[in-house]
Amino acid sequence: MATLTLDAIRKSYGEREVVHGITCAVADGELVVVVGPSGCGKSTLLRMVAGLEPVTSGTVSIDGRVVNAVEPKDRDIAMVFQNYALYPHMSVFDNMAYGLKMRKMGRAEIRERVARAARILQLEDLLARKPRQLSGGQRQRVAMGRAIVRDPKIFLFDEPLSNLDAQLRVQMRVEIKQLQQELGTTSLYVTHDQVEAMTLADRLIVMNAGTADQIGPPLALYERPATAFVAGFIGSPAMNLLHGRIAERGVVVDGAILRCNGPGEPGRPVLVGLRPEHMELAAEGPLSLRIELLERLGADTILHGRQGADGLVISARVSGTIQPAIGEVLGFAIRPERIHLFDPESKRRLGDYASAA
Amino acid sequence: MSARRAIWIPHAILLAGLALVLFPIYVALVASSLTLRDILDTPMTLIPGPDIFANYRAALATGTTSTSGQPVAAMLLNSLVMALAIAIGKIAISLPSAYAVAFFRFPLRRVCFWAIFVTLMLPVEVRIIPTYKIVADLGLIDRYAGLTLPLIASATATLLFRQFFLTIPDELVEAAKIDGASPWRFFIDTVIPLSRTNIAALFVILFIYGWNQYLWPLLVTNSPAMTTIVIGIRQMIGNGDAQTAWHLVMATALLAMLPPVAVVLAMQRWFVAGLVETEK
Repeated sequence: MATLTLDAIRKSYGEREVVHGITCAVADGELVVVVGPSGCGKSTLLRMVAGLEPVTSGTVSIDGRVVNAVEPKDRDIAMVFQNYALYPHMSVFDNMAYGLKMRKMGRAEIRERVARAARILQLEDLLARKPRQLSGGQRQRVAMGRAIVRDPKIFLFDEPLSNLDAQLRVQMRVEIKQLQQELGTTSLYVTHDQVEAMTLADRLIVMNAGTADQIGPPLALYERPATAFVAGFIGSPAMNLLHGRIAERGVVVDGAILRCNGPGEPGRPVLVGLRPEHMELAAEGPLSLRIELLERLGADTILHGRQGADGLVISARVSGTIQPAIGEVLGFAIRPERIHLFDPESKRRLGDYASAA
Repeated sequence: MSARRAIWIPHAILLAGLALVLFPIYVALVASSLTLRDILDTPMTLIPGPDIFANYRAALATGTTSTSGQPVAAMLLNSLVMALAIAIGKIAISLPSAYAVAFFRFPLRRVCFWAIFVTLMLPVEVRIIPTYKIVADLGLIDRYAGLTLPLIASATATLLFRQFFLTIPDELVEAAKIDGASPWRFFIDTVIPLSRTNIAALFVILFIYGWNQYLWPLLVTNSPAMTTIVIGIRQMIGNGDAQTAWHLVMATALLAMLPPVAVVLAMQRWFVAGLVETEK
């Protein structure tokens, strides 16, 4: 049981700063997911918490103790790596037991702890095998087992599911979530997969180019993204982000006027965010899209179309029963409270008008 | 039809190659089973004679007059000590030095690496005069230490191990750090077991390298008691004073082949097993 506090963490490699001051408190038992595209500094952040990278400035505290200068082994953390990082020449049992042996734990207790972890992870029949004799999912479990036998204060996950195929990833995602809830261990989890992030997280940190754009519960980020980046990153298919202009009682996008409340002074350029799943078919518009591409997903169909000949591509998610022909023109409307507006310069969310509606 | 031929052509080429390699060895084997007089008959018979055991016993136990009565068994032992010392010594030194260069950041790391690298360009033959002077000053002439130490000091194995160590994923190092393994423990518990295959392969190469040394043993050994097998064979071949005992030379040559063959066979099983197991 532990808390993890990051206070204005920065990381520079020489002149180049890659993490620009992250502040976040992870509560006891909480699973916080750090999500962002590759190169956004999320792994670096995790490695600083692990002690594998020195912190340039700021402090990392575990349970109120500043651990900046503490060796990884003394931080009481366990880490699950993307490629599992199992010792290839050791059996599953030895892989899990190694960290305990290094801590000079007695044989009987080691056996007991490994047996317990193996039971939780259903690895009991595999303890004598070498990693190469295991499937990807089993290796992933062993890596998890190596973390839980230690009974650490904090779990760190570095994209642990990226090397698994899609189906297994979904299954392991559920298992990790259940395990983390059962054990109640404070966890920091890094991924680039926004679906994984949304489903696992108690809270999300969305990172963009070394800064935390927004920190909050997954649904809050979905409903009220603080920046255009978060808006585009969270949600699938991605939000449409279109250049527009504020008009009387609405915004203008490619000539179409979308009604929304209190959008500010007319004439101001804005970024208009429209989620594909919030687009509703409406014969009279205001948007009318000439369909260019269909993605048939079965339950849903995702339509890509343009407003006018040289307009922007806008996508919309509609029921799978709707199968328009290419070139057909369909009208769409969107409810005023579901329109997100961002400043085109700072990319930050404009006003609180959406919630007011 | 053409498929059948396609199968036979590679086999025929392989068999021809095999014959090319094996025939001289067979001739040596036949010659080592004849009396000297039978060998000197032209053409020499290709049917083994009856003296095989007598010849080998004579070679192993007493040698020839031109080796100052030094028996081949003693030469084999000298060569074995030298080859093992070189192979084991090189591996023992290069493993930790490669570990240092590959995994640690320390001042002058690059300089150390290049210094090691440069020694590759200085084989024993190039530095033989100064090396001889040093070995002589240290009083190591006619000693196993003098025979092996200068040959142990070289960089090939260090570079090979370094290259291999660089393929060990960083995550493995980090996992060990988090597990609480000290660098030394990581070396013993993970790096060396993972290097098994490489160690076996290098052992074979270095053993044969050591076994076949000629120039350096020729310089630093004077006493017959320190003669190595390769030098012994050379000494046995006539220098005018006496007739060359070809039957014993052939027996000695075949005996000299056995330890390297044994090492290759023993290590081959080990490193093939290692190759199958290794996974990065």
